Amino acid sequence: MSDKVELLTNAAGRKVPTTVNGREQAPFVGVDRHRPTGTKHGPPVRSSAAYPPSGDKRVASLEEALERCGLRDGMVVSTHHHLRNGDRVALRALETAGSMGAKDLMWFPSASFPCHAPVIDLMEAGVVHHIEGSMNGPLGDYCSHGKMRGLGVLRSHGGRWQAIQDGEVKVDIAVIAAPTADPFGNADGSHGPSACGSLGFALADSVYADRVIVVTDNVVPFPCIPWQIQGNNVDYVVEVDNIGDPSKIVSGTTQVTRSPDRLRIAEFVARFIRDTGILRDGFSFQAGAGGIALAFVQFLRDYMRQAQVKARFVRGGSTRYLVDLLEEGLTDYILDGQTFDLDGVRSIAENPAHVATSPFTSYNFNGKGNFASMVDAVVLGATEVDVNFNANVVTHSDGRLLHGIGGWQNCLFSGCTILAVPSFRDRIPVIVDEVTTLVGPGELVDVVVTERGIAINPRRKDLVSAVRGSDLPIRPIEEIRDDVERICGGKPQKPRVGEDPVAIIKWVDGTVLDSVFRVLD
Amino acid sequence: MSTAGKSNRRGEAGRRGDDVRSDLHAIVELRDAGGVEIESSSRVELYYGKAIRDQVRSVLSALSIEHAHVEIQDQGGLPFVIAARVEGAARDAGATGGDARPERAVPLPPPSSRDRLRRSRLYLPGNEPKFMVNASLHGPDGIILDLEDSVHPDHKDAARLLVRNALRCVDFGTAERMVRINQLPLGFEDLVAVVPELPDLLLVPKVEHAEQVREVDGSIERILGRTGDDRPVWLMPILESARGIENASEIASASQRVCALTLGLEDYTADMGVVKTVEGTESMYARMRVVNAAKAAGVQAIDSVFGDVADIDGLRRWAESSRRLGYEGMGCVHPRQIAVLHDAFRPSDDEIERASRVVVAFEDAEARGLGVVSLGSKMIDPPVVERARKLVERARKLGLLPLTQGTSKT
Repeated sequence: MSDKVELLTNAAGRKVPTTVNGREQAPFVGVDRHRPTGTKHGPPVRSSAAYPPSGDKRVASLEEALERCGLRDGMVVSTHHHLRNGDRVALRALETAGSMGAKDLMWFPSASFPCHAPVIDLMEAGVVHHIEGSMNGPLGDYCSHGKMRGLGVLRSHGGRWQAIQDGEVKVDIAVIAAPTADPFGNADGSHGPSACGSLGFALADSVYADRVIVVTDNVVPFPCIPWQIQGNNVDYVVEVDNIGDPSKIVSGTTQVTRSPDRLRIAEFVARFIRDTGILRDGFSFQAGAGGIALAFVQFLRDYMRQAQVKARFVRGGSTRYLVDLLEEGLTDYILDGQTFDLDGVRSIAENPAHVATSPFTSYNFNGKGNFASMVDAVVLGATEVDVNFNANVVTHSDGRLLHGIGGWQNCLFSGCTILAVPSFRDRIPVIVDEVTTLVGPGELVDVVVTERGIAINPRRKDLVSAVRGSDLPIRPIEEIRDDVERICGGKPQKPRVGEDPVAIIKWVDGTVLDSVFRVLD
Repeated sequence: MSTAGKSNRRGEAGRRGDDVRSDLHAIVELRDAGGVEIESSSRVELYYGKAIRDQVRSVLSALSIEHAHVEIQDQGGLPFVIAARVEGAARDAGATGGDARPERAVPLPPPSSRDRLRRSRLYLPGNEPKFMVNASLHGPDGIILDLEDSVHPDHKDAARLLVRNALRCVDFGTAERMVRINQLPLGFEDLVAVVPELPDLLLVPKVEHAEQVREVDGSIERILGRTGDDRPVWLMPILESARGIENASEIASASQRVCALTLGLEDYTADMGVVKTVEGTESMYARMRVVNAAKAAGVQAIDSVFGDVADIDGLRRWAESSRRLGYEGMGCVHPRQIAVLHDAFRPSDDEIERASRVVVAFEDAEARGLGVVSLGSKMIDPPVVERARKLVERARKLGLLPLTQGTSKT
């Protein structure tokens, strides 16, 4: 456990530490208030003279590659989650480092999955000091109980780019799993036996890390076309039998929800977008791969057909439902952050209008703009939403880390941010008085759609008047909370938590938005 | 090991397992001393752990149980479910006394009328709490808490308590609160449990004779006599055998409580030894006979259930043909079927038009103090006026008529 930490109250009224894992932190000062200055972090200069003129950077093993990268105790090792729960590269990289005697590494994944649970053993053994990245399942529990030596740092996809680019996290060795690569290190995610679609999450690391290793199970002769990762940034290429389990990398098919309540929520969202006039020729939207979001796309597709309008672009995570829109001509483009099913992978490989994007283009706060704010409407989930429209996506009300932030925070900047959530799950209220963990400030959450009605943030007077006269069930959010409390049998108890944070939530600009405190059972 | 007598004092109710949601499993072992001991594990321990244990104690105390060991495995059951499961386990253990009915959490809705809209009735399994709380959001005309086929024979007692508590605690909105009881004589036990909660309508399965309806009626009468409630509890007999179909007429007029006849085609086709098809040729006679008997007795004719949730087009075709035969509604098993039924059973534009003209004529006659209503050269009988007013009212409720058109008073 960390030493006694100093906490101060930030602009959101949340207690946050001033120092995290030895680095000083800036507290959250308000949406769009933080304006950093200075220059971006730069990786060390490398010259082509140090690399083989043949372009062949292959080495015999991951161990050799790590050796040549100068693996030392305390280094930051990064991996990426485009292989999702099928990933075999991250664990292998950390285990190899452990077998080479490395200690106290900081693992910097773009996200972790249940397949990464054995990293707990590496933390127990001292190989990994702590994790800065999303934690869920056993890793989330481990961290939530304060067993990790450092603090967890949860960042959005855009925030991860910002942290690398600002030098807040200096990646020593990036290990990039590549479904296809050439000996020079050019790499692509949309082809090969472990095809996953986009490699966008690894792009920042490839540019800014001191050393970059590409690990692939599908070496093709130079050139690997298309390349999503440029070989000019890559130090070594390692060939392995397989980088992942294809059945867990993408789902064969993604499924629309069959729950009547969730279908109702999805239909409300689509009707809201139609009745507010957001649905018009040339509009854009983003929806994830959750059951409600997929069903929403189905409803919206019908309305688009009826109104005879088409979207200029839709943003993925792509699934066959978005691919259907593209192939039916209901959108000009899919701008894809990650690819969830086989139809998505096929489409991104074949269709030039299905374009891979990265957190830089989509989400980065310290860029000259990003796509997220240009999307007309985004449909997201949440674990909790409070009566001030603040939202939580990383913990449940029990205070345990549960999900990563992903692109969720970044998406809040869209023209109309819609949280589509059941008002309660089993007996667990989702619409609450105050969120357990603040991940999304209420001023950016425009609409909350539940099975019991739609609450519009009073700040959005334009939306309030846009739906006047429609037959949508618009209700004050407090009324929905009252319904939930009546059904669940009163307000829930508060979880018992300790005084020391076990993790922090970064805002998109790198400031500290909230802390997750140790859960006491 | 304890004696057989002692093991008889252990009971259970509810379901357990990782795939169970919104339910709990309770074991109650009655003891002679030692007070109440509770061992509980819950998905929502951190939110409602204390509330759950408090509720267990209060249920036991309402049952006058002072000494018991209770084991709860909760997967997020709501309070009305917890009350039902703990009481169920205690009853299963042999507890007989007390009254553990939870406080009424929602006011009793206004009484239902004999001829209200019954286009859709949504079946919910009586021992599955998960679907109950949100069922009314989907807007069915009726919600059926089913104690019959969807409940395993071993779980009838538990289901009865759950349905009873749901009738007290769940907000069913504007839906008619219906219960399908078991086939008689088991159904009489259901009546004892649910009638005091004043459901709006009871579906009586596998009715073959008028006498069965009269017995149910008599039983309801006695229960309401004891509770002193004066509120309509309607009956919808389900005819699902060749004999039941043949006796449709006498069944329809067996009791003033009968407001509708319906039929169960799964059992009927089984009884007939024929295959049930989506075209329904094999049940055409039954459907025609039921609709005729219903009309003759002045009650509603309501069609069977359409079980294939995926076949929305098939449902629409069936419902439209039902309406053409004179049926006014159907049963469904999934909320997505409701909108299809409401669309299929809406009155046609012609009917609305005709009814509106009758109502206007009636109002005109009333305003002029005339005793007789006439439209053009035709005199209009009071029941026709009455039906027209209801249809106009219904059309307005359904949003098919602007509020300003037709009668000035509703």
